[in-house]
Amino acid sequence: MSGGFLATPEAALIIVLVALIAHEPFRWLGAYLGRGLAGDSEIFVWVRTVATALVAGLVARLVLFPAGVLEAIPLAVRLTAVVAGIAVFLWARRHLGAGVFSAAAVLLALGVLAQ
Amino acid sequence: MSQESGEDEQQTAAAGKPRHRSYRTFRDGLRVALSVPGVILFASAAGFGALANDAGLSLFNAVLMMATFFALPAQVVMMDQLARGGSILAGAAAVALTGVRLVPMVVTILPWLKDDRPAVWRRLLALHAVAITAWLEGHRILPGVPEDRRMQVFLGIGTGMILTTLVGTAIGFELAGTVPPVLAGVLLFLTPIYFLLSLMKAASLAMDWLAILVGSVMGPVFYVITPGFDLLLTGLIGGTICYVVGRRLDTLFEEPDE
Repeated sequence: MSGGFLATPEAALIIVLVALIAHEPFRWLGAYLGRGLAGDSEIFVWVRTVATALVAGLVARLVLFPAGVLEAIPLAVRLTAVVAGIAVFLWARRHLGAGVFSAAAVLLALGVLAQ
Repeated sequence: MSQESGEDEQQTAAAGKPRHRSYRTFRDGLRVALSVPGVILFASAAGFGALANDAGLSLFNAVLMMATFFALPAQVVMMDQLARGGSILAGAAAVALTGVRLVPMVVTILPWLKDDRPAVWRRLLALHAVAITAWLEGHRILPGVPEDRRMQVFLGIGTGMILTTLVGTAIGFELAGTVPPVLAGVLLFLTPIYFLLSLMKAASLAMDWLAILVGSVMGPVFYVITPGFDLLLTGLIGGTICYVVGRRLDTLFEEPDE
């Protein structure tokens, strides 16, 4: 977007700090807890559900309110591509590559037509 | 020793099939980056690179972000937050919420990684590699590897995956700046669709599917009401509701049988 702040060394510092303070410690915590906890503990079921809802919210935000170039592709085209991707993914027995590729192909085809 | 990781047998169902190629060395691990999951990871890293270009990052900052986080959801959460000028603290909190899911991944891969060489950097690198793709591949491959070679092979898998994403990020970043807008749009679109389908692939309980649905609806609502805190609230409120409802559903469906 505008401003250019995200291209600066200050932004790099923020990126590294957030990664080191808010993200990487969870990997160390896992190693520290390792012996005492089972991977299927109830707390992890909750954690997974929270992370799933959060990432689903992120997906919706990226598709419905894109911040950049994707805005130029009409909303109806974006939604159609998502539905097509899900349909092929499920039809192909949850094959990730097939779903992602189909969604991209539909977006490209309809995106070109919509121009 | 291998019994210790019995609890995640369902994750390693694929490992039960005999594999004819044996994995013994760091280089064997590296080669996993050329398999189908590696290629998908490459494409999604390219999507991230394109997204980073679109958000206004420099190529250096984009690759730095890929290297330091090595977990696409957390990166995109933080980057999107910064690009929209949202609160850095709220962004970091949302990053932490996505990061917590790494704890059980580490806990379940660790029994496969007993290492008699005490070098700290080996442990830190192996831990840093823990993200969904390397974790899944580790569970698929490590059971068939002799115990004393597992750490070495996993370090290879992790290094290969990390290098793949760094190159993918750089290529996606450069492509996004040069290809026609429609193609750039397709690159940008790889990230959300990859995330969504990954969630669906990992979904096993009713509450997982519920969380996908509720998150997709609640996310945009909170984005309009409380921009900047939308992901945090969607995760905590939506996720907790789904957890509670999911547990209720489980008991509803299970009890009559028993």
